Amino acid sequence: MLIAKVVGSVVASQKDDKLENLKLLVLQIHNHENAPKDQYVVAVDSVQAGVGDTVLYAAGSSARQTTLTDGKPCDAVVMAIVDSWDVNGTNVYEKWNEG
Amino acid sequence: MYLARVIGRVVASERYPGLEGVALQLVQPLAEDGTDQGDAHVAAVATSEISVGPGDFVNCEGGREAALVLPETYVPVDAAIIGFVEAVERHGELLRPAAEGARS
Repeated sequence: MLIAKVVGSVVASQKDDKLENLKLLVLQIHNHENAPKDQYVVAVDSVQAGVGDTVLYAAGSSARQTTLTDGKPCDAVVMAIVDSWDVNGTNVYEKWNEG
Repeated sequence: MYLARVIGRVVASERYPGLEGVALQLVQPLAEDGTDQGDAHVAAVATSEISVGPGDFVNCEGGREAALVLPETYVPVDAAIIGFVEAVERHGELLRPAAEGARS
């Protein structure tokens, strides 16, 4: 899974029928030092994430292993909202300290 | 499967159902000579019997199969720690990567 920040959502009225009722989020990938990368991905939300949240997403066929995305054309799913993480014992990100 | 070094841990209380109680660790994948290769990512820890911390070397599984080692196997997980690595031998030479680890 990769760490990413939710930066937006996608509205698409013309799409494959299997994608009906899925919430699509635009994620910007962050590295383990919480620096944003110039890399974005659209992912299906499974945990009620919103813009500004730092999340984890699973990619590839693993993304289909939810009741929401089972058998659907989906290769990225948000599966956790991150509270904090540390690298070598030093906290890099703390949700409660974010503006 | 690939070799990686644990560099940190992730706390996430809001998760997809079925992932409750699964530890999440940040891992840095390694090349066969023990140097960093590629970007760090988050991996789920297969069982609580695997106790690892920063600096430890681990064996990871990537892709859809990663979920198969977890208590609940039908979950959106694409990387998992499946074992603790004590030593790695390459061409008869013992890599002792853990010695450079940051564990204090």
